[in-house]
Amino acid sequence: MKIAVCAKQIPDPATPYSLDPETHFVVRPNDQVLDDTDRYGVEMALQLAEANDAEVVLVSMGPAGNLQGVRQALAMGADKAIVVDDEGLRGSGALVTAKVLAAAIQQEGGVDLVITGTESTDGYTGVVPQQIAALLGLPALSFARKVELDGTTLKVERISATGYDDVECPLPAVVAVTSGAVEPRYPTFKGIMAAKSKPVEQPTAADLGIAADAIGEAGSGQEITSVEDAPSRTAGTKIVDEGEAFQAIVELLEKAKVI
Amino acid sequence: MDFAPSAEHEAFRKVVREFAEAEVAPHAEEWDRTHRFPLDTVRAMGEMGLFGLPFPEEYGGMGADLLTLCIAIEELARVDSSIAITLEAAVGLGANPIFRFGTEEQKRAWLPDLTAGKALAAFGLTEPDAGSDAGGTRTRAVLDGDEWVLNGTKAFITNSGTEITSLVTVTARTGPDEISTIVVPAGTPGLVIEPAYRKMGWRASDTHEVRLEDCRVPAANLLGERGKGFRQFLEILDEGRIAIAALAVGLTQGCLDECTAYANDRRAFGAPIGSYQGIAFKCADIAVAADAARLLTYRAAWLRDRGERATREAAEAKLFASEAAVTAAREATQVFGGYGFVDETPVSRFYRDAKVLEIGEGTSEIQRIVIARTLGLPV
Repeated sequence: MKIAVCAKQIPDPATPYSLDPETHFVVRPNDQVLDDTDRYGVEMALQLAEANDAEVVLVSMGPAGNLQGVRQALAMGADKAIVVDDEGLRGSGALVTAKVLAAAIQQEGGVDLVITGTESTDGYTGVVPQQIAALLGLPALSFARKVELDGTTLKVERISATGYDDVECPLPAVVAVTSGAVEPRYPTFKGIMAAKSKPVEQPTAADLGIAADAIGEAGSGQEITSVEDAPSRTAGTKIVDEGEAFQAIVELLEKAKVI
Repeated sequence: MDFAPSAEHEAFRKVVREFAEAEVAPHAEEWDRTHRFPLDTVRAMGEMGLFGLPFPEEYGGMGADLLTLCIAIEELARVDSSIAITLEAAVGLGANPIFRFGTEEQKRAWLPDLTAGKALAAFGLTEPDAGSDAGGTRTRAVLDGDEWVLNGTKAFITNSGTEITSLVTVTARTGPDEISTIVVPAGTPGLVIEPAYRKMGWRASDTHEVRLEDCRVPAANLLGERGKGFRQFLEILDEGRIAIAALAVGLTQGCLDECTAYANDRRAFGAPIGSYQGIAFKCADIAVAADAARLLTYRAAWLRDRGERATREAAEAKLFASEAAVTAAREATQVFGGYGFVDETPVSRFYRDAKVLEIGEGTSEIQRIVIARTLGLPV
């Protein structure tokens, strides 16, 4: 059995992001970290792999840098990684990302289950898992807070607005797990050392059979025309309570249509 | 000259720092206040392989070097000295003697649980009347048939009374001029673990007086050669001192991180207190102390990892780092002003935790003697 986990390297959220003034793309440093939301996917994959004797393959797209973020996931226990790194991919939108990841998964072959997080912490589109599923022609199970594998049947608790739904489907399938679905493990020192020598393939888009004009900003049919700073907070209104302040609060809430 | 940590060392540091900040720091104040030994956290550290770091994989270890252990201890001590000493004592004093001096059978019997953090071992050397003067050991072991019969008292024994303590290795007189090391499994009749000490610092670490009252263990529990107990103890001392130095480095770094954040945040007279030299210079001094202590510590660890002797370097690192930690904690408390004197801020805990660093694993005075002797002085 083979499980593919989509995992992204992002700039360390603890450090300030900067944007390229020309392209408006996020400047990606050499040192990147594993996106925190993807740790849940990796952990889920490892737990399922341990119970079902499966191989775990990481699939990632973006500047490889020094691969520090990918090595984090390998140190947790994943077996190998595919990092699609191609200058032409800069500025790709969600659908192109999904096409690239789906192509990498297809080329790897024999994947029974694709696990993703719900959304990346730098892009926040939240649509890539479903797009991958559609491109691969597989069922998409989203917002999974619990995942079980019963033979070749995948059983999931999908978080809904009011609680959760029990959903199941046959493999192969794509499942997006929520943060908190499992407790991601801390890598051991042995894991960190082993990660050094685990295979990391770095194909280009062309290696995956994707044409140069189908990727990047142009291939995504989108362009970032400008980036504005978020408006800074303006000073609030001060209401001094002389026994009547509640009325002012009620008015404000009514104006905001909260009550 | 290159004793820089590798990329893997730094990746490991990140993991331990993240663990320390997520799983230890938020609870350290409560554990300290309630003198609670955090067994669940120790188990989690076991799953991370921290207790097996410097031991070979065949005994369940991680096959790492001493520097790696130092990095782990340093990162834990940056937020909580109690959890750091629990690890240091378990590895350096608990498992290490078994690994270094045990027979293959003894290693196979005891090490796997210790390296996995499923069990903790303690080392009973210090006695009420024999600390730095380890040669003054009074505990006696007499061979009676195929059993050792032990009598005596051991003081300040770390990890001796936890729920998962599996054994206490004790030094004992086995003849007129003969000290040997004997393993006493937990639960052996006659092994009496006294109630935990009330301590000024390291309150969440487990420390007891241990009494041996006609305590019988198999003759096969002799660790290493009979009569070599004192020499064995001296052999593992250098590594223990380096590990304590790492703990002091972590505490100093913790002081620095707390101080710089507070100095940028706290305002007085219309500006952050870090804009005043009185505070900024304290932070600068703590930064120098942390770096200097770290360099001495890493050098000593690096020498040991190359298989070289490092007696003087270990003593220098331990002496300098522990005294730097006490100074850093005192100054950090001053930076925090009144808030440094109340329990809500970590620095007040750091201040209480720092002092013992100048005492345990060889007092500052003993370190100076060791260093002075390497200078050829007849002290």
